[in-house]
Amino acid sequence: MEEIYAKFVSQKISKTRWRPLPPGSLQTAETFATGSWDNEENYVSLWSIGDFGNLDSDGGFEGDHQLLCDIRHHGDIMDLQVNLCIIICPTSFSHLTLSVNQQWTTAHYHTGPGSPSYSSAPCTGIVCNNPEIVTVGEDGRINLFRADHKEAVRTIDNADSSTLHAVTFLRTPEILTVNSIGQLKIWDFRQQGNEPSQILSLTGDRVPLHCVDRHPNQQHVVATGGQDGMLSIWDVRQGTMPVSLLKAHEAEMWEVHFHPSNPDHLFTCSEDGSLWHWDASTDVPEKSLLFHQGGRTSTFLSHSISNQANVHQSVISSWLSTDPAKDRIEITSLLPSRTLSVNSLDVLGPCLVCGTDAEAIYVTRHLFS
Amino acid sequence: MEELDGEPTVTLIPGVNSKKHQMCFDWGPGEMLVCETSFNKKDVTSRFHLKFLHLFECFLPLWHHKMFRAHLVCHFIFCRLVRVSKNYRSVIRACMEEMHQVAIAAKDPASGRQYSSQVRGVTTVVLAPLFPSLLPAGPLLLHLLDWVRLHVCEVDSLSADVLGSENPSKHESFWNLVTILVLQGRLDEARQMLSKEADTSPASAGMCRIMGELMRTMPILSPGNTQTLTELELKWQHWHEECERYLQDCTFASNPHLESLCKIMLGDEAALLEQKELLSNWYHFLVTRLLYSNPTVKPIDLQYYAQSSLDLFLGGESSPEPLDNILMAAFEFDIHQVIKECSIALSNWWFVAHLTDLLDHCKLLQSHNLYFGSNMREFLLLEYASGLFAHPSLWQLGVDYFDYCPELGRVSLELHIERIPLNTEQKALKVLRICEQRQMTEQVRSICKILAMKAVRNNRLGSALSWSIRAKDAAFATLVSDRFLRDYCERGCFSDLDLIDNLGPAMMLSDRLTFLGKYREFHRVYGEKRFADAASLLLSLMTSQIAPRSFWMTLLTDALPLLEQKQVIFSAEQTYELMQCLEDLTSGRPVHRGPDTQQCQDDDIETTKVEMLRLALARNLARAIVREGSLEGS
Repeated sequence: MEEIYAKFVSQKISKTRWRPLPPGSLQTAETFATGSWDNEENYVSLWSIGDFGNLDSDGGFEGDHQLLCDIRHHGDIMDLQVNLCIIICPTSFSHLTLSVNQQWTTAHYHTGPGSPSYSSAPCTGIVCNNPEIVTVGEDGRINLFRADHKEAVRTIDNADSSTLHAVTFLRTPEILTVNSIGQLKIWDFRQQGNEPSQILSLTGDRVPLHCVDRHPNQQHVVATGGQDGMLSIWDVRQGTMPVSLLKAHEAEMWEVHFHPSNPDHLFTCSEDGSLWHWDASTDVPEKSLLFHQGGRTSTFLSHSISNQANVHQSVISSWLSTDPAKDRIEITSLLPSRTLSVNSLDVLGPCLVCGTDAEAIYVTRHLFS
Repeated sequence: MEELDGEPTVTLIPGVNSKKHQMCFDWGPGEMLVCETSFNKKDVTSRFHLKFLHLFECFLPLWHHKMFRAHLVCHFIFCRLVRVSKNYRSVIRACMEEMHQVAIAAKDPASGRQYSSQVRGVTTVVLAPLFPSLLPAGPLLLHLLDWVRLHVCEVDSLSADVLGSENPSKHESFWNLVTILVLQGRLDEARQMLSKEADTSPASAGMCRIMGELMRTMPILSPGNTQTLTELELKWQHWHEECERYLQDCTFASNPHLESLCKIMLGDEAALLEQKELLSNWYHFLVTRLLYSNPTVKPIDLQYYAQSSLDLFLGGESSPEPLDNILMAAFEFDIHQVIKECSIALSNWWFVAHLTDLLDHCKLLQSHNLYFGSNMREFLLLEYASGLFAHPSLWQLGVDYFDYCPELGRVSLELHIERIPLNTEQKALKVLRICEQRQMTEQVRSICKILAMKAVRNNRLGSALSWSIRAKDAAFATLVSDRFLRDYCERGCFSDLDLIDNLGPAMMLSDRLTFLGKYREFHRVYGEKRFADAASLLLSLMTSQIAPRSFWMTLLTDALPLLEQKQVIFSAEQTYELMQCLEDLTSGRPVHRGPDTQQCQDDDIETTKVEMLRLALARNLARAIVREGSLEGS
């Protein structure tokens, strides 16, 4: 991991997401979107990292990201999903603008004896799988939208008695949510009822879970991050408890991402101001650690807490494997120094972007050098 | 920066009739609160009565979002204190450039002017090489030159303009550029410009060459130079005389530009004052004047030169601005005066707080004891941090500043952090993390309580419970459990089973919560038809005293179907205990004989229930005794 560039942008960043490349494209990622929070006026902005063709003689260059366009928004940007045509509307090839194409207001609201009717509740998570969009919020409600419909296609009221923090698709009609009492719930939209089809949780302290991500190739492997900074790997087919628990950060883990094309690599970022790269690939026995610049490297053993006697060992997933002697996960801290909370990160190919409460965006284009 | 003796602007407050009523006001960190009273001028005895409240935000360009970078990076440097002064300078410089752009882009020209004057004021003072002990060793003049060059950033754009044009020496600003370069002591660059002129107009080539030679041979101080001061002075004197000679010989007579350049290099005050526009301020004038008339000036003499430069430059036309007072105090090396002037002149504490902190670390500041016990550095930092907290998003920086105030920092933080508005849970989580890292358990508790209460009002009982668990707040957990139990009594079934079924060790937080969990477990066990377990669980609920008294009747009624089962579930011992509970319950209840028919009906129901229970218990007891007796017998 060579260079990582920081730029101060005068807004606290709550979410960063790469703009996906068209399928089959060989380019590296160039554009990303950010959402800000906690200001009186927040912005959804689109940035481009320029052409890095010119190198100075000493190999250093100004890796500045440029603002392409932005749009004002009232309220914190809680989550962001970027699709080729959702959120961003290109008006011509050379000029990109952001405009509000469609708004679903009052998607999330509170009703209760003490609250006035329809006092709005923050929406905490969004995931989309064209053309469907699923949102979850602090009101414990799950909404399913379609891009062309004015109203929600399906709403599950009171899906959860606590706040739903994040949502992800498992298989197309199934979603997985995590909540603030430490449970994962799987919902199947094919079923009519308002009950989850499966609930998984830890025994022990009900630590709130803040983020979730599914393995890109193996749809039963899911990673979650919790309020105590613990990273858990779950197998949703087997039992109701996680496969491994890894002590990670010292404070809330805000986001966890499997790398979309190299799923043996996992990335987490946290309130304690660090961003970690977890490398579970087991092909190279000896790894040279010389070029990890500025970061701490440490090796952790994964320790499993349940006896997965039924797991077929032929299903190779380095995350699920339970043999501590064989599996070593290498962890690298990617940011050069501790900052305020790292709120969000995203990876695409060899590129990583993350945003912090210190109003900085960090970008690297050489994740696996 | 406001002119202290200018006319203040008048703002009319809508909706207030100033003829009839008086207003009162109070200052906040960045705002002013004004309200109308019902005092009128005639009747002084009328009571104070609140009708309108107006909140005015004072114009604070330093809170403009482009200046956030300044706050953030200063915060970063503040915490680390590594190579501080240079870092601060580069940050300020970058911000200054951005603010220039903001000023240009500002729609309202008045506010644009204010922006630029504010920023200019602050940056000038920051960039001043104020205190010799902070600087690396070296002659004063070099640092002053450095300062001037950093401060005036228009030169670069002008130079880019001129050099980028097709024929630089014919550019209209060419001579301006050369003059500015000479005024700033950048003689090498001036020489390069002159060589371009020499190339294009052979007539003046000779003069340009001579001028270039003069520029090249000017003796300058440099840090690596091993000459002594006396040597340097001699050489400089010699050079000065050479320039004088060229001027007397009218070498440059045919080119007025070159002639004025020569006069400038001789330190001729009249020539310098002619370039007032290019110099643009008196301290630039001061430095140039020193460069060309007394390059080996000592820090002690600086103030005299400064005063005379100020007078000459202003020429009696205008009076010194507050910024000038700050600089004068700086040149006199009077630290306290500088801080005092800055505090008066600048609209927020950002600059003063950081400066004082720097000086304190360099041990240059004698600490005064202010009347509430902390020293000046801490006082200023507290003020600045409080100002940060008043801002919607800069509060996170304020936390770190409070951490560095040893006496009153923690108390101030405790007060401020409870008052941050929490719109979303994510923000609340960040605030709580800050409190927990500093062991502020009281604040954690109170914030969680507020959030839990909001959740209860919104019917989010699961959220409420998770907040009480985080705060380890048993009382609130009891409240939430009571809510659940009440819902159960009203509806006959539990809501939010996903929560109650999975309480885990959090159940131990409060008795009521434990009861709730165990009661739900009873229902579940009963549902699985494990009657013996259900029975013992039910009994333990009653005998262990965690069930609230009001619930006992419900529990006993739940026991009825178990008593009525074909097989004997409750043992004799257990039945005795159940009877005991029933007696406890009924003995405590007074018998109502009121006229209210509803009450009578309720009583009837109660009595029927009790009787049924007694009957069931008696029957069960009988069967239990028989069964136990026969088992023992066999």
